[in-house]
Formats: sequence, C-alpha cells, structure tokens
Amino acid sequence: MHKFANPARFLRISKMITPWCFILSALSLCVGLYWGLFIAPEDYQMGSAYRIIFVHVPSSYMSMFCYGFMAVASAVGIIWKHPLADQSARAAAPIGAVFTALALFTGSLWGKPMWGTYWIWDARLTAELVLLFLYFGYMAVWEAIDDRAKAARIAAIVALVGAVNIPIIKFSVDWWNTLHQPASIMKSGGASIHPDMLWPLLISILAFNLYFVTVLLWRIQSLIVRRQIRGLQMRIAEERQNHG
Amino acid sequence: MTTRAGKRKKKRLYLVLTSMTILVLAVGLVMTALEDSISLFLDPSDLAERDIPDGQRIRLGGLVVDGSFNKADDGLTYHFDITDGAETVSVIYKGALPDLFREGQGVVVEGETRNVGPFVATEVLAKHDENYMPKEVIESLKERGVYQETNEEENI
Repeated sequence: MHKFANPARFLRISKMITPWCFILSALSLCVGLYWGLFIAPEDYQMGSAYRIIFVHVPSSYMSMFCYGFMAVASAVGIIWKHPLADQSARAAAPIGAVFTALALFTGSLWGKPMWGTYWIWDARLTAELVLLFLYFGYMAVWEAIDDRAKAARIAAIVALVGAVNIPIIKFSVDWWNTLHQPASIMKSGGASIHPDMLWPLLISILAFNLYFVTVLLWRIQSLIVRRQIRGLQMRIAEERQNHG
Repeated sequence: MTTRAGKRKKKRLYLVLTSMTILVLAVGLVMTALEDSISLFLDPSDLAERDIPDGQRIRLGGLVVDGSFNKADDGLTYHFDITDGAETVSVIYKGALPDLFREGQGVVVEGETRNVGPFVATEVLAKHDENYMPKEVIESLKERGVYQETNEEENI
C-alpha cells in the first residue's frame, strides 16, 4: 500500500496501466452497446424502449460506485493523511457527477413515454438528484479553499457525510413506495432480467467501470503533475529572489 | 512510524467511525419519522382506513383491475378500478394515458379526495415492474400454458 502511495511510483505504474484500461473499456463498450442495442431481443411490454437500460443502469450504478470510492479515499485521506488518497477522491468527483447527470437524463427520457412524466419527486429520483448536488458541493469546496491541506480535510468531511445517501438511493425502492421500479439485478432470488438481456447489460457495466478507471488514472496523473509544476514554479521564484 | 503518530491515527480513525455511526442513526431516525411524506402514494386500503378530509390532493397507487377498464363515448374519458388486493377504488380520468398503462399493471393516480363517486384523477402514471423478458419467451410460455401473471403483491 505504501509503495503505491508514493506519487512518483504511482505515476510510473499508472502510465503503464492506463492505455490497456482504455483499450479494454472501448472494446467492451462497443460489444456491450452493440449487443444491447441491436442484438438483444425486444421486451414483451416495452418493445425497444427498454434498451435505454444499457446506458441508464451502468451510469446509475457508476454514479454510486464512484461516490463510494470517493468516500473511502476521503476516509483514508483523513485518517492516514496520504496526499494521493485526497487527490484520488478529488479526481473521481467530476466523473461521478457526469455519470449521475447521465443517469438522471436517460431515466427522464424513458420516463416520459413509459411512466407518463419526465420527473417525479419520489424517493429514488430525489435521492439521485441529491447525489448530483453532493458532487457539485464537493467540487466547489476544492475550488473555494486555497489552502491545500484545509481544502482536502473539508472536502473529505463533505464526502463522508454525503456517503449516507448511497444506501438511501440503493434501498429507496424497498423502504418506501416509489414510481421507480425495484432492483432487477442485485436482489434476493436472482436477477429478474432474461439472460439474453442481462449479458449485454453486464458487459456494458464492465465497460463503464473500465472507463471510470481510465479517466480516474488520467485525472490523478494530471493532478500530480500539476502539483509538481507548482512546486517547481515556487522554487524558481525563490531562487530568483535569492539571486536578485 | 513513531508511536505518537500512530496514536493520532488511531484517534482519527475512531473519530471518523463514531461520527459516521451517529450520522447514520440521526438520518435513520429522521427518515423513519418522515416515512409517510417520503412515500409517493397511498394504497386503497390506506384511503379506506384513514380519515382524509375532502378536497385534499393525494396520490393513490395500485393495480388496474382486470376487465374494469372502459372508455367513455367521447373517446377521452377513461374509467377503471385500482386495487391493492384488499380494497378497490373506482377512478375516472380524462387525458392521455402512458404507454405502459394496461389492465393488471401498477399505476399511480393523482387527484383530490371526494367522499362520493369515483376518484377523479388529474394525472395517471404507469409503473414498470422489475421484470424484463423477450416477447418470444412470453409467447412460448403462454403456449405451453405455464405463464403466470406476476404476483400482485410484488407488482404494487
């Protein structure tokens, strides 16, 4: 663990991994989406309209997964003070925000013809919208506070407090009555999606996961490099002062 | 690592753990207290049990009773019954129905409560259940006579 926490070593190793993650994610995305959108059979009730799940379900899942990652990284940052942990959490936030927005948008597109409304304030949809605002709040903290250490600490607290929302999103459909349907994959008694539709969905979820890892590594790399540049700039400024 | 730094780490770990526990408990209590207002709709049984004053806007959820759906002569007004298995409420609605609306399907209707006559809905939303099946599979199941409509309890 400590070995990878060294930013220089992290840079070296992650630069080796990222291209492979990128290629794998692009490949699995092509397979998952082509299979889901063109080969998978039509649903008995919704016809082809159900195919939005091949984008909606992976992005909703990733919106929560990404927040979970952010919360764990923040806890590590607070307790063990690893700068890399703070940077990882910071790098994950905008990716998670995009997944959340995509989940809300695709759900809304499907909701109009199927439910009869773009939006309803039921527990699931409201909690997912709260998640989007949590991401925004988290990112705003990093932008608003100049002192790095302070920003990291406050942002980590925001991330941890907001983590309460994740189980609420997941179980909202079981705890309260909602318009949103209950879970189809992760539920007791096995998935209630026919295997011909489930497989492309799982591949699509894998693709979104790999995409997340790829972009996350890129963003952490750029945050580390940006930090190094800042350090160098400060050293140069100091040298100039000493000589001048 | 000095023992002092180790002690501080342990202290921070416990601090994070205890504050998270307290937070979860607090949020849990709030949500239990607000259960009724977080839930999207009432069941027909709730409507029968509770003394809800006239003219209050509520949402009512249930399954459309098989054979209860009919269209009025103007072609725009619909009559149907919704049930939760125990109680049944008649609904009258004028407007467009969503794609998923059909008999046996879960729906949520919104309107004002009235003591007499059917429930007048101003909005009708259809629920989708958690089942995804190819058309062909359903047809072959029906042919073999083993297809069962989904359990009513689960569908609501």
